[in-house]
Amino acid sequence: MTQAKRQTGIGASVTRLEDLPLVTGSGQFVGDISFPHQVHMRVVRSSNAHGVLVGVRTAEAKAMNGVVAVWTAHDIRDLPPIDFREGPNEKLAPFRQPVLARDRVRYVGEPVAAVFAVDPYIAEDAAELVAVAVEERTPILDASAAAAEFADGLSTEAAVCRQGYGNVDTAFRNARHIVEVDVSIGRHSGVPLETRGAIGRYDAARDVLELHGAAKVPHRNREAIARIFGRSLAAVHCFEGHVGGGFGIRGEIYPEDILVLAAAMRLGRPVKWIEDRYEHLMAANHSRQQHHKIRAAFDDHGRLLAIDDRFFHDQGAYIRTHGTRVADMSCGILPGPYRLPHFRADGYFRLTNKTPAATYRAPGRYETNFVRERLMDAAAKQLGLSRVEIRRRNLLQSSDMPHVRPLIALGDEVVLDSGDYARLLDKALAHCGWDDLECKVQERRKSGELVGLGIAIYVEKSGLGPTDGARIHVHPSGDVEVITGGASLGQGFETVMAQVCSEKLGVDYRKIRVVHGRTDRIDHGIGAHASRATVMTGNAVAVAAEKVRAAALEMAAQLLQTEASELTIVAGAVVRVAAPNEPLIRLGDIVTHLRPTSSSRGARAPGLSAEGWFETKHMTYPYGVQIAQVAIDRGTGAVRIERMLIAYDIGRAINPMLVRGQLVGGFVQGLGGALFEEFQYDERGQPLSVTFADYLLPTAQEVPDVDVLLTEDAPSTTNPLGVKGAGEGGIAGVGAVIASAIDDALGDIGTITQLPVKPQMLKAMIDAHARASRR
Amino acid sequence: MGKIAISLDINDVLHDVTVEARRTLADVIRDDCGRTGTHIGCEHGVCGACTILVDGKPVRSCLMFAVQADGRKIRTVEGLRRDGALHPLQEAFIEHHALQCGFCTPGFLMLATGVLEQHPDIEESELVEILSSNLCRCTGYENILKAVKAAAARMRHGR
Repeated sequence: MTQAKRQTGIGASVTRLEDLPLVTGSGQFVGDISFPHQVHMRVVRSSNAHGVLVGVRTAEAKAMNGVVAVWTAHDIRDLPPIDFREGPNEKLAPFRQPVLARDRVRYVGEPVAAVFAVDPYIAEDAAELVAVAVEERTPILDASAAAAEFADGLSTEAAVCRQGYGNVDTAFRNARHIVEVDVSIGRHSGVPLETRGAIGRYDAARDVLELHGAAKVPHRNREAIARIFGRSLAAVHCFEGHVGGGFGIRGEIYPEDILVLAAAMRLGRPVKWIEDRYEHLMAANHSRQQHHKIRAAFDDHGRLLAIDDRFFHDQGAYIRTHGTRVADMSCGILPGPYRLPHFRADGYFRLTNKTPAATYRAPGRYETNFVRERLMDAAAKQLGLSRVEIRRRNLLQSSDMPHVRPLIALGDEVVLDSGDYARLLDKALAHCGWDDLECKVQERRKSGELVGLGIAIYVEKSGLGPTDGARIHVHPSGDVEVITGGASLGQGFETVMAQVCSEKLGVDYRKIRVVHGRTDRIDHGIGAHASRATVMTGNAVAVAAEKVRAAALEMAAQLLQTEASELTIVAGAVVRVAAPNEPLIRLGDIVTHLRPTSSSRGARAPGLSAEGWFETKHMTYPYGVQIAQVAIDRGTGAVRIERMLIAYDIGRAINPMLVRGQLVGGFVQGLGGALFEEFQYDERGQPLSVTFADYLLPTAQEVPDVDVLLTEDAPSTTNPLGVKGAGEGGIAGVGAVIASAIDDALGDIGTITQLPVKPQMLKAMIDAHARASRR
Repeated sequence: MGKIAISLDINDVLHDVTVEARRTLADVIRDDCGRTGTHIGCEHGVCGACTILVDGKPVRSCLMFAVQADGRKIRTVEGLRRDGALHPLQEAFIEHHALQCGFCTPGFLMLATGVLEQHPDIEESELVEILSSNLCRCTGYENILKAVKAAAARMRHGR
């Protein structure tokens, strides 16, 4: 191993390349970007949950000093509704959201008009003058109730997502035990600290339409924008600056993105839109809300025979860019780490009059891990087994790997590539001293405390293919540029890619500059979603770096009159393998020898650069065990987390410090949805959670110390680096483990069947139980 | 709407600006003075991303009007680094991986600066309580707390 590898390559917990601008206030978040002569957009939003749009009066707003234009749907009637990221879908097409509401409004917060003015304060003043007339209709607020009419001849049940295999009915007929639970997950979402923002700019001199403030999937969005505006791909570019958190909800194409682009072209000025928090909580994608009626069949030995799930997915008012992806994923991923001979999941995908929903970090897994693990806890109780034992009896074994499930997740057949779930379970139990904890909890319960332990086991997915590429250039200074089509949402993408390159190329990671989120630098890019970046882009960078290394050594061999196999690269300089501390020629000097005009170049292609591609057939599946200990305050119903362990097998960690950061950060975000966060609506469909005073994020006060046990027992078999994704592993099991622990703490007081578990719910359960006991 | 001439002292640099009385201090620092390190996350005083120091005390710059800051000493994240050297808090945030997206970071840095300058020996429980006045959506706070504690120790020992 070379010195450079030891210092900054794979496995090193180095500090991040990203941090310096961010701690000095020199970041370039979308709000920080301005262009000369820009105008500011303010969106007028529906204040009715459901109704017929009778008219929009804009005259007063237009007359205001400083107002440049006011648009309603009529002004952009040539623009199509926002399409699906995966391309056209005839069946779902009628449920797409128009850029501005046309004849109906379907949720509070729906864009109805757009005001453009020279100053954001003036734009907001003018927006207040736009009068929206709506004939109210009864809102649909419960996706579990019977489906209703979306439009003439169209049901609110836009789709039924079905997956399964085996013979579920027979399995249930022959089962010894049948366990049923009825559980639901509340509506919550990513809620990044930076609200959304977008700047449209039309460069007439070059005839290029630009979107600044892009995130997550700039290359996919470039294609979508080109389609919408009928422009060549060469005439559209997306630019990602710093992004203040994404979590799946940010970076999709939303109505506001289309509005700033259309306005930039028509008004001939850059158009800037920065969302405020009140808007964000009712306009950016919601997520999670599902209601599951699920049952499981077991044999006499506590072995799972079959699972049968019916669930209702509350999509909100429109189907956005993801289509039915979250519900599809819920079906495909629900079985988790267990051996399951027969399976059926039917997801009723229904529209309601709430903010539209889509993916949020660990979509379909946060939900189904909660549902499945609630089912396993209920089964343990009913079958008289411990919660650990019933899980252990059903875990897939390492000898089952790769395990093919005839299910689809993200359009990919589920093939669990590698894993030793039982081993991780054992390690986690030993690490936290489970048996000892159980004894102590028992003791405290005897003295009247409401304290409990929870456990959840889950399989994550990552590294969605099929392919990604990267390009590497070495410059005469010896600095290396890695050009990717990735995206950075704060996860440390630049550092991780630089570490991969450092490992393969033998250059310190601080000499490596990683480009991402710019469609003008590279034609293809997968962005950052579905925990793909480290797996897909990372392996592409490795391929490119190996090519550059080979080219550098080949040139060096000629210059040094030796064999390339005698040489290697350490700290940016070619050395003899036998004498790694004696630099012979710097990479930058090799670049000079490879200049187009260089006489030493010979027949070689000019420059020291290479492109690398990585392809994979299937996703790769990390897995985790979460264990929590909680105490409930009898007086207030408040839950305190006393202990928290995340055991996670990452395959291979490129930067363990960053992996831990993802796991802990994800856990705390998930804690929000488990205990605090919920988008609530009143009976008229008015959102009740529109500020941070009523949509409660966890603060430093609520979070426990999180113990992370990071293992590398099952490297991925789908990619040469052996890596699996870390982005969603922390959050995926939180609802499950917290519910399990609270349930255990409650004992016979009650059972947890819904998230979030709020203090008032627990207090009501505790008080009702006390009253019943007194009788 | 009428405008008022004010002079904002931001990190020892005077900015003479003419603003409407309704403009928030955060907006004026960012848009009129061009110091965009101070971020705006909620505009209702909950998230603390816009925290700055006014006369040495942490305040939410989204809840103050710029005209209220006329003539007062304002410190923002851009002023933490002195002569090219990072402030101990900035260094500690990097070393302890106390930031991911970095959007909340300026607010946490200024909150912690204000607190540690006033109470260099603050107890951990008190520190947690004060840090809970700002929101972070990425880190889970653990590393922020570690970083602030490490910086506090370094600041006490005068490095």
